[in-house]
Amino acid sequence: MTVLTGTQGRSPLWRLLRLARPMRRELLFAVLAGAVGCGCGVALLATSGFLLARASQHPNIVAISIAVVLVRALSVGRGLLRYLERLFSHDVAFRVLADVRVAIYRRLERLAPAGLMAFRSGDMLTRLISDVDATQDLFIRGIVPPLTAALVGAGATTAVLLVFAPAAGVLAAGLLAAGVLVPVVTAASARRAARLAAPARGELGAAVTDLLGGAAELHAFGAVETGLDRARAADADLTRLARRSASASGLGIGLSAAVAGLTLWGVLLLGVITTGVAGTGSGSLGRVPLAVITLTALAAFEAVTALPAAAIQLGHARVAAGRIAEVLDAPDPVRSPERPFPPPRRPVEISIRGGTVRYSGTEPPAVRDIDLDLGPGRRVALVGPTGAGKSTLAAVLFRFVDLSSGTARLNGRDLAGYDPDDVRTVISGCAQDPHIFDATIRDNLRLARPQASDAELARAAADARLLDWIASLPLGWDTPVGAHGAALSGGQRQRLALARALLADPPLLVLDEPTAHLDPANRRALTADLLAATAGRATLLITHELDGLDAVDEIVVLDHGRVAERGTHAELVEADGVYHRLWQAGHAAARTDP
Amino acid sequence: MKPLDPRLLRYSAAARGYLAVTVVLGLAATGLILIQASLLARLLAGAATGTGLTVLAGALVTLVVVLVARAGATYGGEVAALRAAAAVKSQLRRRLVDHALRLGPSWLARNSSGGVTTLATRGLDGLDAYFARYLPQLVLACLVPVAVLIRVAFADWISAVVIGVTLPLIPVFAILVGLHTKTVTQRQWRLLARLGGHFLDVVEGLPTLKLFGRGKPQAEVIGQVTEEYRAVTMSTLRVAFLSGFVLELAAALATALVAVEVGLRLLAGHMSYQTALLVLLLTPEAYLPLRAVGAQFHASTEGAAAARDVFEILDTPAPNASLTTPASASSGRRVSLHTDTIKLSGVSLVYPGRDRQALSAVNLTIRPGDRITLAGPSGAGKSSLLALLLRFAEPAGGRIEVGGVDLTSIPVGEWRRQISWVPQQPYLFTTSVAANIALGQPAATQAAIARAAQAAGAAEFIEGLPDGYATEVGERGLRLSSGQRQQIALARAFLHDAPLLLLDEPTAHLDAVSARRLEEAIVVLTANRTVIQVTHSQNETRDISRLFTLDQGTLSQASSPCPAPASALLAVTS
Repeated sequence: MTVLTGTQGRSPLWRLLRLARPMRRELLFAVLAGAVGCGCGVALLATSGFLLARASQHPNIVAISIAVVLVRALSVGRGLLRYLERLFSHDVAFRVLADVRVAIYRRLERLAPAGLMAFRSGDMLTRLISDVDATQDLFIRGIVPPLTAALVGAGATTAVLLVFAPAAGVLAAGLLAAGVLVPVVTAASARRAARLAAPARGELGAAVTDLLGGAAELHAFGAVETGLDRARAADADLTRLARRSASASGLGIGLSAAVAGLTLWGVLLLGVITTGVAGTGSGSLGRVPLAVITLTALAAFEAVTALPAAAIQLGHARVAAGRIAEVLDAPDPVRSPERPFPPPRRPVEISIRGGTVRYSGTEPPAVRDIDLDLGPGRRVALVGPTGAGKSTLAAVLFRFVDLSSGTARLNGRDLAGYDPDDVRTVISGCAQDPHIFDATIRDNLRLARPQASDAELARAAADARLLDWIASLPLGWDTPVGAHGAALSGGQRQRLALARALLADPPLLVLDEPTAHLDPANRRALTADLLAATAGRATLLITHELDGLDAVDEIVVLDHGRVAERGTHAELVEADGVYHRLWQAGHAAARTDP
Repeated sequence: MKPLDPRLLRYSAAARGYLAVTVVLGLAATGLILIQASLLARLLAGAATGTGLTVLAGALVTLVVVLVARAGATYGGEVAALRAAAAVKSQLRRRLVDHALRLGPSWLARNSSGGVTTLATRGLDGLDAYFARYLPQLVLACLVPVAVLIRVAFADWISAVVIGVTLPLIPVFAILVGLHTKTVTQRQWRLLARLGGHFLDVVEGLPTLKLFGRGKPQAEVIGQVTEEYRAVTMSTLRVAFLSGFVLELAAALATALVAVEVGLRLLAGHMSYQTALLVLLLTPEAYLPLRAVGAQFHASTEGAAAARDVFEILDTPAPNASLTTPASASSGRRVSLHTDTIKLSGVSLVYPGRDRQALSAVNLTIRPGDRITLAGPSGAGKSSLLALLLRFAEPAGGRIEVGGVDLTSIPVGEWRRQISWVPQQPYLFTTSVAANIALGQPAATQAAIARAAQAAGAAEFIEGLPDGYATEVGERGLRLSSGQRQQIALARAFLHDAPLLLLDEPTAHLDAVSARRLEEAIVVLTANRTVIQVTHSQNETRDISRLFTLDQGTLSQASSPCPAPASALLAVTS
C-alpha cells in the first residue's frame, strides 16, 4: 500500500514495478535461468562449430573430447533451464499479481462508491480489473525477456571479443540494432496503427452493436438495409486501415531478419578477409575461431527475437499502469478523522440540518438545505423523481460522501467525527442497485452477519418472503445465484437484498429504492412486504412507489435537491403539491378500485 | 481441434488465396534456407583452407543476396498474412452480421446479441495471430523438415538417419504431453475464469460489502484466493511446460548428436569439412519450425475458437428467407390493415431448441379498429404473439390469414409498413435524435419529424438538448433517461403512422411521472388505429374492447369484457 501511494509523481509503470521488489530474488532467478538457457543454445552451436573445425584438422581424439562432452551437456542444459525460467517467471508474476490485487483492492475499498463515480460508467471498472490482471503478462513477457537478452547479448559479444575483436564490434552493433532499435520501431508502429484504427474500431463496434442489439427495431421499421450499410461501411474503413498498417507491422520482423542476416554476413566477411590476408590455413584467424565466431553470430540472435513483442507489451502495460494510477491517485471521498469518536451506541438518532452535498464545483449541489430527523421506531419515506437527490442523502448516512455544508449529527455528535466503518455498524441496509455476489443464496445472505444462526437466516428470508421459494429449490440454501444473481428474477434479487438488510438488523435501516427495476405488480407486492417487515424499526425508505406510504410516520418529498414538501400521507395528498400530482398520476386507478 | 478448419476456406475466398500465397512463400523460404546453409558451409570451409577473398567473393555476394531475400520474404509473408487476416475478418464479419440478422430478432434475443457483437468485433481479431503466426509456421513445419532431410541425405545418409529418427519424436511427445495436459489445462482455464471473475465480483460489490462491514476483511480473502490460484496454476504449468521442454530438448539433443557423430567421422577422415558444416547448419533448421508451430499453437487457439463460433452461427439455418428479405412472390392483391381482418387459426409457435410450445393452438380474429388486450404472467407467450404478428417468427402450425390471403405470401416489407411497434425497452441507435425518430424513413422532412415528436410529447425536452434534433443520443441512447427514450419510440410510431399498433408494456419500467406523460401521448396514438396491447396485470389496462389472457402459450378470452374505464389514463383525462 505504501509502495503504491508513497511514490506519487513517479511514472505509473515504475510504481507498478516497485511492487515486485519483495520478489527481486525470484525475478533474478528467472532472468538468470533464461539467460543461461539461451546462452546454452548459443554455446551449443559455437561448440559444435569448434568440434567440427578442430576435428577437420585430424588431431588426437583427446583434443575434441571435452567438446564432445560439452555439446551434450549444453543440449540438456538448454531445455532444462528454459523450462525453469518459464516456471520462475510465471511464479513471480502470480505472486506479484496477488500483491497488486490486494493493494488496488485496499485503495478501491476506501474510494467506493462515491470516489469511483467516474469508473462506474460503462465497462470502466471491468477494464480496470483486467488492467490489474494484465500485470502478470508484464513480468512474463515484458520484463524477463529484455533482461535475458541483455545478458546473452553481452555474453556472446564478450566471447567473440576474446576470439576476434573486430567481429565483436559487428556483432554488438547488430544485436543492439535488433534488440533496441527494431523493438522501438515495432512498438511505435503498433501504437500508431492502434491510434489510427481506434476511431474506426469504435464506429464498427457501435454499428454492429446497433445492428444486432436493435435488430428488432430495424426489422420492424424496415431499416435493415440502412443498418447493414452502416456496418459494412465501418467494416470497409477498418479493413482499409488494417491493410495499410500491415506494411508498417511487417517492417519490424523484416528488419529483424535483415539485421541478423547482415550481421552474420559482416562477421563472416571480416573472417574471410582476415584468413585471406594471412594466405594460409593457419593465418591470423584460423578455421577454428572462424567457425566459432560465425556460428555464435548465427545463434546469438535467438536472444533478441522476443524483444519486439516485449516492447509492445511494455507499451500496453504503461497504458494500463496509467489507468491504475488514476484510481490510486483519486482523492478520498470522505474525511477519516485522525482520532475518531468512540463507536456510536444504540439506539441511534440522526439529525441533519441544512445538509448540502456538492460533488463538483461546476455542478449544482445534488442536495441542498436538507433537514432530516431519524430515530428509534420512526419510519421516514423519501420520495421524488429520478435525480432529485434521494440516493445522495442515503450516501451521506452511509458515510459514502460528506456534507459540503450544514451539519449531520449522530447521537448528538458530528457524524464526520466518527470512523466511517463504525457509522456503518449502526446505519446500514440496501444501497442503490445492491450487488448480488456470484455465490450461494446462503453466502449472499450471511454476508450481512457472518455469525448468524440458521434460524436467523430463515427469519430474515421469511420476512422478505423468500423462504418458501428457497425451500422449493432442489439445492435450497446452497443454490448458486450466478454472476450478478443472473439465475434469479428481478424480484428475487431485490428480495434477497432486502433479506440481507433485515438480517443485518442495524439500529437505523436505510433502504435505497428496494423496488427498482421491477414491474408494477412486483413493485407493489414487495413494497407491502417490506413495510410489514420494517414495522417498528427505525427506517429510511427511499422509493418511487407511493402505495402503502400511509403506514410511515413522515414522508419527505425531494425535488431538484430540495425538500419540496413533508408530512404524512394524508396531509400530502390533501396539499396541492408534487406528492399530490405523483399520487394522482400513478395511483388514482388503484385507489378508486372498489 | 483441427489445425486448419476446412470451413475457413469454404466461407472465405481471401483465406483460400492467402493459403496459396503462404505455400509459395514457404517453398521460397525453404529453398533459401538450403542455399544459405550450403553457402555458409562453402565459405567457412573455403576460408579454412586459405582460399582468399577473390575466390570466395562470388559466394559472399550470393550469400548477402540470399540473406536479404530471406528478410524480404519474412517481411512479405508478414504483410501478406496481416492483409489476408484483415480481408478474412471482413468477409467473416459481413457474413456473420448478415446471417445473424437473417436469423431474426427472436434468435438474437435467445442467443445474446451482445455475444455475437463481441464475436464480430474483438473475437475475430484473434484471427490475426492465427494467420500471421500460426498458419505460416504450419506450412513451414510441413515443408522444411522434409526438404532438410532430403538435402542432408544427399550429403550424408548417416546424419539423415539420426535426424529422421529423432524428428518424429517431437510431434509424438508433443501429442502425448498435450493429451495429458489437455484436461488439466481446461480445468485450469475454468478456474482462472472463476477467480478472475471473483475479483471483479468483489470490487463491483464493494458498496454492499462496506455496508455490512465486510470491505476490509475481504482484502485478505483476495490475497488468499490469488495465492491459491497461483499454487494450483503452478502445479498445472509444471506439467504443461513439459511439452515445450521436450521439444527444446529433442531439438538440442539431436543437434548435439549430429555434431558428435559427424565430428568423429571427420576426425577419422571419412568426411569433408564442408559436408560436416552443411549437416551441422541444417540440423537445427529441421526442428525450428516444429518448435515454432508448437509455441504458436496457443496463440492461434483464440482465433480458431472465434472462427469456430462464427461457423456455428453461419451453419444455423435461417428460418425462412421471407422473414427478412422482401419476397418477390406477391399474392397479387395488396392487403390493407385499414380494411382487412387478421385471422389466426390454430397457430402454434416453437422456438428452435425448445421442447415446449411458446404458443399452442391460438385462435384470434383482429378486425380493423379492434382494441385487444393480452394479459398474463411473464413467459406466457404475450411477446411471442407480437413476434408472430411482426413476423420475427413463423408459426410452427396453424395459419395466419389477412383478408383471406396467407400471411407468408405477403412481402414482409409491405406487411411491416402497416405496423407500428412500441416495445418495453426500445432500442435507440448511436446517432442523432432526428435519425432515431425517422428510423426506416430517411426521406422524412424535419417538419414531419418535429410533428411526430410534438405528438409524442417529446418536443419540449428535445428542443432543450444542446443541439436540438441533431443531438447525438450516445450508445443505446444512454444519454437520455428511460422516459425520454420511450418518448422517442412513441415519436417513431407517430411518424411511421401505421394502421396496426402493437404496444408491449411501454410504461412498465418508468416511474409514475414519466409513465403519466407517456400515457397522454399513447391516447393520441391509439386513436383511429387497431391496437393490441400487452400487460402484466389487468388493472393496468386502457380502454379495451376485448381482454384475452395468455397462460403457458394458451390464449383464452376473459369471461366478460373488462369493466369500463379502470385506467389511470381516463382518471386523469376525463
